[in-house]
Amino acid sequence: MVESSPSSETPSADAVVTLDGVSVAYGKALALREVTTSFRPGAVGLLGPNGAGKSTMIKALLGFIRPTEGTMRVLGLDVTTSPLEIRSRIGYMPENDGHIPGMNAVSFVAYCGELAGLRPVDAMQRAHEVLYYVGLGEARYRNVETYSTGMKQRIKLAQALVHDPDLLFLDEPTNGMDPKGRDEMLALIRDLGHNKGVNLILCSHLLPDVEHCCEHVVVMDKGRIATQGPIEELKGPKGHVFEIRAKDGHDRLVAACRAAGFECHETDQDVMRVFVPEGLGARDVFALAAREGLQLRHLRPSLPTLEDVFAKAVGDS
Amino acid sequence: MPIHDQGYRRYGGGKDARGQAWLVIARAGIKTMVARRLFLALLLVSWVRFLYECIRVYLATNFGQFSVLATTAQTFREFLEFQEVWVFFITIYVGAGLISNDRRANALQIYLSKPLTRFEYVAGKAATLAVFLLGVTWVPAMLLLIIQGLFAGSFAFVREHLFLLPAITVYAFLQVSLATFAMLALSSMSKSARFVGIMYAGLIFFTDAIFAMLKFLVKASSASLVSPTQNLAQLGDVIFRVPPRHDTPAVASLLVIVFLLVASIVILERKVRGVEVVA
Repeated sequence: MVESSPSSETPSADAVVTLDGVSVAYGKALALREVTTSFRPGAVGLLGPNGAGKSTMIKALLGFIRPTEGTMRVLGLDVTTSPLEIRSRIGYMPENDGHIPGMNAVSFVAYCGELAGLRPVDAMQRAHEVLYYVGLGEARYRNVETYSTGMKQRIKLAQALVHDPDLLFLDEPTNGMDPKGRDEMLALIRDLGHNKGVNLILCSHLLPDVEHCCEHVVVMDKGRIATQGPIEELKGPKGHVFEIRAKDGHDRLVAACRAAGFECHETDQDVMRVFVPEGLGARDVFALAAREGLQLRHLRPSLPTLEDVFAKAVGDS
Repeated sequence: MPIHDQGYRRYGGGKDARGQAWLVIARAGIKTMVARRLFLALLLVSWVRFLYECIRVYLATNFGQFSVLATTAQTFREFLEFQEVWVFFITIYVGAGLISNDRRANALQIYLSKPLTRFEYVAGKAATLAVFLLGVTWVPAMLLLIIQGLFAGSFAFVREHLFLLPAITVYAFLQVSLATFAMLALSSMSKSARFVGIMYAGLIFFTDAIFAMLKFLVKASSASLVSPTQNLAQLGDVIFRVPPRHDTPAVASLLVIVFLLVASIVILERKVRGVEVVA
């Protein structure tokens, strides 16, 4: 992500991916609506709820889907005119399970390397290396079809890495993984983005995954860019965040907060997160509750999270 | 300090020029098939007729009393026609899973995210099947022609029947192309190799059955147009300069074959994609 301002959508010169007025339609349904954005080098998260258009954007960038309008550039190359040059420099880890049937892991990854132009000997050597890197070293002679879900995720990462891409598209890389496997996968992604100089776009609806691996984020909703920018800046210190719970009259408290200009986000429990503007504090929340005749049973200062940014962006859009 | 760093390293080696991916796909496909003993047995059995023809040529060229077995242009026509049985079995064995298995395993998105075109993908898959089919049609037929010369001690037969070189080549490639593209098209339409095999067998037997029925009803063989096998046989007769077996004009049979090839390519164009869009 290039832009520091969430509202700005001007493509940047050093961006690895740029989209300019891109629309994609599946029949009559618009999946992307005149999207203009850019992804800066490094690790960038592509966030959004299911159906927001994240995977569609990735597939359009890969050349799988042709946009109805707009232009896209990846690593400075036009997606329409140079799809093969682009694909030789990118790695794609698809969302769904995907493998070449009847192959063991090392043959599969080496085969992918050869498809990307590596010589057979180099491809085999790289296959062994990346399989060790993703943690499948001991299972590399097993048929991929016998792998667990977590192992299948790892092998998808391995096949995306084997030809040493300059840019990685990771579509929901932690899908179906157990907590330990998920942490390991996120550590790998973070390592690639931060220590190995691989640019990556991490497409996910899991906010903690993106927050863990990326410094920048593009939030999508309903086929549009809802917000974008550096995560820290988006979370920005523009007030205080409190977690509060009222004894009764939860709905009244929400209404009162909103009427007072406080932003409220519900959580999965009866606790809600209230964003109090700069200059105001906990006393003002108590005063508000007192005016409404409500008892606050819980009030705890909190920190803004990516979840808040996401909720706000999606809510706004 | 680890003896060997097993972390990720950037690749510093070279890469092959693009356009070679179809070879990678074909090589992998052939390697996979050759590793199967059952398939090797099938290949061996498919060469039995070749051995029989070799013995026949040897006897006819070296022993006068076997001159009745002398090689003619018809010999090659019959040989290739006989080999159609093996073309059928090999097409089903090798071809049914070529694309359908990739569809089942979501491999198309993996393939097409690499620097290769859809054309290269199909070319690689087609080459996998075509190599084996040519291996039981064109290769033994050409070898038989050479062996005839070697056993006879002169290539007078080849010189007198020079048209056999293009005839064998054209017919074998026609036979192989039709089987390859029809099978690939069917394979791209399903995720089950078994179902594809049944569809292919159904296509061949069902159309032949319709032809037989129509022939019986109208008492004329012009109904051969409905059967790909009969159209191919009709063209084979013309190519090998033997009397055509059906009343159908050869051009009409050729048009049917061309139509089937074009239809197969259109199906492949629509089905072989990185994503399946259901609008």
